[in-house]
Parts: sequence; structure tokens; C-alpha cells
Amino acid sequence: MNLLNISSPHATRPGNTGTVMLTVLAALIPGIAVLSYFFGPGHLIQICLASATALLCEAAILYVRKKPILFYLTDYSALLTAVLLAISLPPYAPYWVTIVATLFAIIIAKHLYGGLGQNPFNPAMIGFALVLVSFPVEMTTSWSAPSALLNSSISIQDALRYIFLSRETIDAITMATPLDLYKHQVEIATATEIYQDPIFHGPNSDASIALGWQWVNFAFLLGGAFLLWKKIFTWHVPVSLLISLSLLSLFIGWDSDSYVPLSLHLFAGATMLGAFFIATDPVTASTTPLGKLIYGAGIGILIYVIRTWGAYPDAVAFAVLLMNFCAPLIDQYSQPRTYGHKKAVRGLAKKD
Amino acid sequence: MLLILISIVALVILALIFGAVLGFAAVRFKVEGNPIVDQLDALLPQTQCGQCSHPGCRPYAQAIADGLDGINKCPPGGESTIAAIADLLGVDPEPLDAEHGEEKDVKLVAVIREDECIGCTKCIQACPVDAILGAAKQMHTVISDECTGCDLCVEPCPVDCIDMLPVTKPMQSWHWPKPVAAQLIITDKG
Amino acid sequence: MNMHHYTLHDFKGGIHPEQNKSQSTGQDISTAGIPKILILPISQHIGAPAVPLVKVGDVVLKGQVIAQGEDFVSCNLHAPTSGVISAISEAPVPNQSGMQDTCIQITTDGNDSWPPIKGLDNYLDAEPQALIEAISQAGISGMGGAGFPTHVKASIPASKIDTLIINAAECEPYITSDDALMRENAADIIKGIEILQAILKPQQCYIGIEDNKPEAIKALQDALKENKDDTHGIHVVVIPTKYPSGGEKQLIQILTGLEVPVAGLPADIGIVCQNIGTVRAIFQAVALGRPLISRITTITGDTVAHPQNFEVLLGTPVQYLLEQAGCDQNKIQRLIMGGPMMGFTITDNQIPVTKTSNCIIAATHNELADPAMEQACIRCGMCTQACPAQLLPQQLLWFAKSSNLDQAQAHNISDCIECGACSYVCPSNIPLVQYYRFAKGEIKQAKADKQSSEQAKLRFDTRNARLEREEAEKAEKRKARAEAAAKKQAAKKDAPPTEDATAAASDPAAELKGLKQKVLASQTRVDKARERLSMAQEQNLDTAGALQLGLDKQIEKLAIAQKNLEQANS
Repeated sequence: MNLLNISSPHATRPGNTGTVMLTVLAALIPGIAVLSYFFGPGHLIQICLASATALLCEAAILYVRKKPILFYLTDYSALLTAVLLAISLPPYAPYWVTIVATLFAIIIAKHLYGGLGQNPFNPAMIGFALVLVSFPVEMTTSWSAPSALLNSSISIQDALRYIFLSRETIDAITMATPLDLYKHQVEIATATEIYQDPIFHGPNSDASIALGWQWVNFAFLLGGAFLLWKKIFTWHVPVSLLISLSLLSLFIGWDSDSYVPLSLHLFAGATMLGAFFIATDPVTASTTPLGKLIYGAGIGILIYVIRTWGAYPDAVAFAVLLMNFCAPLIDQYSQPRTYGHKKAVRGLAKKD
Repeated sequence: MLLILISIVALVILALIFGAVLGFAAVRFKVEGNPIVDQLDALLPQTQCGQCSHPGCRPYAQAIADGLDGINKCPPGGESTIAAIADLLGVDPEPLDAEHGEEKDVKLVAVIREDECIGCTKCIQACPVDAILGAAKQMHTVISDECTGCDLCVEPCPVDCIDMLPVTKPMQSWHWPKPVAAQLIITDKG
Repeated sequence: MNMHHYTLHDFKGGIHPEQNKSQSTGQDISTAGIPKILILPISQHIGAPAVPLVKVGDVVLKGQVIAQGEDFVSCNLHAPTSGVISAISEAPVPNQSGMQDTCIQITTDGNDSWPPIKGLDNYLDAEPQALIEAISQAGISGMGGAGFPTHVKASIPASKIDTLIINAAECEPYITSDDALMRENAADIIKGIEILQAILKPQQCYIGIEDNKPEAIKALQDALKENKDDTHGIHVVVIPTKYPSGGEKQLIQILTGLEVPVAGLPADIGIVCQNIGTVRAIFQAVALGRPLISRITTITGDTVAHPQNFEVLLGTPVQYLLEQAGCDQNKIQRLIMGGPMMGFTITDNQIPVTKTSNCIIAATHNELADPAMEQACIRCGMCTQACPAQLLPQQLLWFAKSSNLDQAQAHNISDCIECGACSYVCPSNIPLVQYYRFAKGEIKQAKADKQSSEQAKLRFDTRNARLEREEAEKAEKRKARAEAAAKKQAAKKDAPPTEDATAAASDPAAELKGLKQKVLASQTRVDKARERLSMAQEQNLDTAGALQLGLDKQIEKLAIAQKNLEQANS
């Protein structure tokens, strides 16, 4: 008899980090499906490209760092980073944009900081931000119009050609995003005039907010609700993010003739993806319940500020990265009150 | 020329203002702390063993404070003490100076083989913490709770009847060791 | 009986692990019987170990005191059956360290003979002090897990206590010993509670029990109905099943909404908590005069053919119990004493059941899987959600991992109750509790080291002060002597010499006597030193050199003494 001698607890819940990551990936499926339905196969190709790049790159780095490769690859964190990055990128961005973003996310943002769990910044958003500031042309002109507004839907061959070979005729399928369009039009036109554009209501008035985008956001919201139900993360970050964004939009941007209206803020950009899948990345977010509320609210505020007064039409990446900076500080000042204590510890411990 | 003059004057005025602010702050927000020697002394293990070649921990603390000696000369304190002193003084930790001895993993305690003791009181005079009981021509014994394990009593004993033995830990002070991550990743089974 | 409606207060966090309780509740409690030997650790409780009163070879009767708790915070130990003391020695004891401790071993004779015992008459009218004394004599310590001496808790002044809480939550998976006890001995339990009420005079008394034990709840309620009218003020409060609701602090929070202040005791908020098994032992001690010599223990796990609850004599080796329950001992992969959340593994099946052993789990490989490889913490916060003490387990992990004890303390690691909820939910399979235990142990060690270093400093300083003082005294004396000599010299010059002669006249006889004595003493010392030296030389000891030196010195001293004597004589 060779009896095991280990510390309690002896019972553990089945599952591991890989299970968590796979659950999040599963929750992305409705969003990806709707994206592909409305915007063609671009995102799917980008997902494959980014995933392959990320896994190869991760394996190579693990080899260099002399870590067990399969053990770390099967935590699926690299895969999740790649997928999140791929669906954030414009669907018909050239292949090298995707590869550069992925490599930067995995090598610089993740492994140079010590690998999974050690990175202070969301790797997918670091990758996204890098290509956004480095290759602004590719990043703003690769958004496709919803298929319903095109003469014929985008075939896989076309998509592969745009991404890998030639971008000659890409103008035929690309279009500004509704947030971008509204932001620029609102300076010269009234809301009623702007809403004439079929990108908002569709060719047959079959959309109420923004064609395609509203269903994409709804699908990500659904996926997020699934993760909440599975207790993968808590409600704090997404709820406080959406509330702060909505409140700002209602108080400052109530006049849709001068500002982007709330409905577009919530359902026309990357808001739901950001709220439920990017901001909730546990490694880079605040960890205390109160801290998560502050962190989420901060992201919501920054999203609104950058979208409204900044140069970029969407702002999830920069908002999340800026709040990543603050997360450790927020944690220090938002610790919960421990059982039996009169008040919570705030800030760093004083040295005797 | 005038421009340069103006710049210099402006800079001087700025320097004076900030200097005054800093000076005021230094007086106003002065931290009343323990003198550095006391703080250093509190970090030392108080074995009073003299391995640092100072007669006790406080003299060594004084020597560090005066900048006369390095921070790495205390084998009983070992790496953790060096790290603590480095942290206090804001300097880089250094490895233990091997000339002064090696850090021991286990705490030791002096034990006198009592039937061999000739009662010479040499060890009693050597003990820096008065942890040895006895009188001339009487058998001596170590109060093991008070012994710091400095082994200063071993050398003077004319009949070599003092052993340094590891302290046996009682069950109550046992605790789980830190889990070793490297051991947990034994294979690459995935 | 009126059905009261209680406002229950939830505690934050908690988990819902697999219950695994039904396996062992299928049959009634049976008696495990008398093994050939019983091994009784002298330290089965918190506090000073009991001091053995017997020696090897003594014949003991059932219930006889074999070790006595001499301190107030200690417990008596009784012979669980009759037999002969066959050893008092170090043996493996149930402790997570796996270390050995002093145990009294009894070779049983099978007679199981009680000496006449008798409880207190009309015990409910007895003085509280007499009741506490009876509890103390019976050697009762908390039977839920911690093993705090019960008479100490019972001695809290009644004026401080307004609520008595009986802990019957039994929230850990697998364990059913309290459940079984309540089903079968509800009446004894109620009587035991009445004894505690007589001692502590609380305004209210709650029995906190999880809703997964309907039979036990019914048994208690029936016993309450039969027992008396509703004046005794005992309320069975059914609480939702959630681990760790049976933790003392959590149960108090659920029932009263109050929190035990940090580093404080429940008594600080007017509460005393007792385990249901302890209450039964109190009844047996006070009403029947029976000391604590047995307890109910659950034997369970997948290797056990008949998982069940046994009435076990204290000191019964685990192996004997496993045999009684039909365990395939070759299949055991992990042997746990206590529950799967807070119990500890034992690696020796001769380890005995003690006053706190409520459960033994003989688990297979499939049942409790090997710990998985530790992955990186992804700060998912599931541990924070599960922590019943509202700590930040992942932050504590960073601090423990980097041995940053100051920060760990600042983040209240000492408030961790080691319930294991965080490790249970951790998707990265990090042995969080072990990290905390490590850090807590290091903190404790550092505190002890600090204390002893302060003590050493004090002694060093005192010694230096003493040496200085002695030096000063010596210098003072020298000075005085020199002055006296100078004075004498001066006096000699001034005074007529006759006076001096008469003054000295009385002295020489005494002086001579002293010198003679000195010579004699020196002579004996020389003789002795010679003897020791020759002995050493015969045995070829390396001390001979030192002794030779000593002898030379003695001879020198003798010569001086003789010279002095001669001078005095002349």
C-alpha cells in the first residue's frame, strides 16, 4: 500500500484552465456565425490564419523557454487570444496585418511578460492596437459592407484573394462602419438625414439600428449571458461597462442631431464583444468585486470619450488597454472587508 | 544676450522657489523614525555570535550604519537578513560573504555532555546570552531555550564536551512546505 | 411546538461539492468491537498534553483515568476498555505532519469491565461548577474537529453568553457521524443541551442543521416535543446545504448575522458553539458518569464494502475499522482522516481514532483523483467568489508563492480558515490551501524567531550591563584598597609603632589557621587532579593534556600556599 500524502482539500471540481478557455470559445460561436452571415467569410479566414499563427508561435516560444509544449498549448489561451483578435480585425484586412498583430500579441504582450497569467495587458488588444496605429489605411478600409447591400455575396475565393493576393477591387465590397459613418456625418447633417443611409436600416428597412451589426452585437450578448450563467466571470465588469457607457450617452449625447445615439453605441460597434469577451479577460482585469465595477465603468467612460471626441470611430481596444494600466492600482484600493474585520484594508501594507 | 539673461534669471527664481518648497517639506513632513542603527539591529538575528567579527549584533549594526562594514557578513541571518537590510538601506543585496561562515539550514543548539564536563566555567564566560548554567567545579548545562546556537562556547571548552545539535521541532510547529511547481510538471502528457 | 420562522443570514462564498453522504447512512450505528490493542495519544485536544498516570504493566479498568490534564486547558484521558498498559512510547498519531507523539498503548483483555460509575443526581438543579467539574473529569474535548477542551468553553461566565449554538451542520461531504448520532440518540442530545443551558444560562439556543438531513431533523424535533413543553427554548434551525456552513464562524453568521471579531472568540459576541457529538458526551458524563471513551466515526470510501457509522473505542487503529467495514485495503490510494475538504491524509493504517476523528475515507484512485498539474493562475476570480472569509485568494497566492509574508499578513491571510473552497473551484488546479498553510507556518515561525531574537538581545544586553557593573565594582574596590593602603602607610608613619603591634597581635593565630587550611585544600585538589589524570592516561583519553595542565596549575598553587604558610610561621 503506497498511500498518498497531500494537503487538503482532497476533492476538486473537475475541469482546468483549458475547459474555461474552451467554454469562452464556445460562447463566441453565435457571434462568429452572425458575423459570417452578414459580412461574408472574411472573419472565418482571419480566425484560421490567426489561430495557426498563434499556435505555431506559442509552441516555438514554449520550446525556447524550455516549457512542456503540449501542456501549455492545451490551456487554449493562445487560441482564444487569436480568435478574439481575428474577430476584432476588419474581415478583409491583408494577411500580414493579421500575422503581425498575432505575433505581437503572443510574443510581446504575453510571453515577454512571463506567459499566461503574468501579462498586464490584454494580448489581443495589444495586437489590435499595434496594427491600428501602424497600418491605419488597411485597418479602416477593410470593413466589408453587409452582404445585403452588395450585388452578390462575397465568395470564399474572393475573400481569399482580397486577404492574400490582390486588393485591387476591394473597394467594391468595403464600406465605412455605421459608427464611423454616423460620427462623420453628424457634423454636417441631422439624424434623420444620416439615417437615410441603408447601412442603418437595410435595403428593405429590415433593420432598426444598424444592418448586420445589431444582430452581431445581440449574438455576442447571448454568448456573454451564457458565460455568466456558466459562472466563467461575474456580472460586475460587463454590467458596469454598459451602464456607464449608456449613462454618458444619455446625459451628453441625448441629442442625436449632434452626437451618436445610444442605440448605435450599444449595438453598432464592438461594444458587446468588448463588454463580455475583452473587458472580462480575467488576467488583465481588476480582481476584487468593487474593483471590477470601477474597472468596467472606466472602460465604458473611455469608450464613450474616445468614440465621441477621439480620432477613432471605435475605442474598445484603447479603453481596455488604458484600464489595464489602472487594474493593479484599483485592486489595491478596492479590497473587500474580510470576515470579522471592521473595515477593509486599503492600499499597500505599511511597513513597521 | 537679453534672452539668455532672462532665461537664467527665470531658472534661478524657479530653483529658489522649488528649493524653498522642498526645504519646507523636509522640515514639515519629517518622518520621526528609529535611528538607523536600531532598525538594523532589529533585522539582525541577535545570535551575538561574532561571526561578523564584531562583538555582537549591535556593534555590527553600528558598523553598517557608519558605512564601515558590508551588509553580507551575517551567516546566521543568511540571505533573508541580507535582503531585509538591503531593502532598508535601499542598496542591492549581496551574496553572503563566505569568509564569515556559511548559512546553516537547521537551527542548532549547544548541548554539554554533562558527565565529561570538568566545571571550568570557560563556556559560561564565552556565552554571549548567559544561556549556560553552572559554577566552578560544578557541572554545567545549557538552557536550550535561551541558546542562540552561536557556537562561541565550543572553542573554549578544554575537554571538548559541547556539541552543536540540530533543534528538534515539535509537531505543533510543523507546517506544509511550499508546493513545488517544478515537481508538479513532471511530464508533458498534456 | 410552535414553528418559529427564523431569518437566516447567508454567508458570502461557499461551494456545493458532491455530497457522497448516502453511502454510509444505509444502516444503523454498529459497535466496532474491541481491538487487541488501543493506542491513545496523550495529546488529542488543543492545549497541554495530558500527563500519564500509569506505567507499563499496570492493569487498568474501563473508564479509569490513565493520563491527567494538569493545566486548565488540557484534558483527561481514560482507558476505553480494561487491559494492561503495554507501552508508553512514541507512535504515529493522527496529524497532518505525519510525525510521532507519545501514546499510551493498552493490550485489551476483552472483559470490557466498568468499575461502578454514577452520574450526578438531579443534575439540572446542580451548581454549574459541579457540572463543569463533571465535564472536565470526563475528559471531553470538542468532537467536531478542533478538539478544544469543553470544560474551558463551559467556564465562560454565564453573564457574557446570550446564545448557545449547537453545530449539527456537518457540511463536509462523506461524513455522516453526526447525522447518525442525531437519528439514533436525539433524546440524549436534547438532555445534553439542557445541561449546557444549566451552565451557561443562554437566552436562546439554536441547533443549526443542514437541510440534507431530514431524518435527523425530524428525530430532533420529535425529541423536543416529547421532552418537555416549549419552555426550554431550544430551536432546531434548518439551514441550506452549502459548504462550509458548519464552520463555526460561518454557522454563527448564518444563524445570527453576526461576525466573530478578528482574533476574537464567539464569546466576544455572546455566543458559545458546541458540536452535537460533544453535547452527547456531556450528557453521558454528567447524567451517567461515563467518561469520553468512544465516539461515532464514519468509515466510507469506494474501497469499503459496507460504508457505515461505528461506535468506536478511542485508540482503535484505523486498520481494524477498515477490516470491520470490509475494506479492500490494497485498493486504497488515499486514506483520509476527516472529510475530503479539510481532512488530512494518513500514511500509516495503525494510526488510531481519537476524540476528533469523525470520519475515515478510504478512497480509490477514481474517487479522489491525483492532484492535477498546477497551471498558471489566470486570475479568474472563482476563488474570490468561493471564499467564505471574503479574502482575495489569488492575491494571497502571489504573496505566498513569493514568500512575501508582510503582504500576505496585510491581506489577512491569518483569517483564512483553510476550508479549501478556493482550491476546490480553482480551474488551474493550484494547491492554494497548501500555499496558505506554508505562508501561515512561515509567519508563525518568523514571529517565534523574532521573539527569541528579542529575548537573546535582552539577555545579551543584560549580560553586558552585568559585566560592566562587575568591572566597575572591581575598579572601585581596587581604588578603595589602594586608598586604604595609602592611609595605612600614612598612619604607620605618623602613629607610634606599639599600637600597630597590638592591633596585629590578635590576628596571627587566625591567619595561620587559614593558611594551613588553604594548604590542606590545595593538597587534596592536587591529589584529585593526579587521580583524574592517571585515570585519563590509563584510558588514553584525549582530555589528558588538559588535565595535565590543570594538575600543573594546582601544584603551583599548592607551592604558593606552602610558601605563604612558611612565611607566616617564621
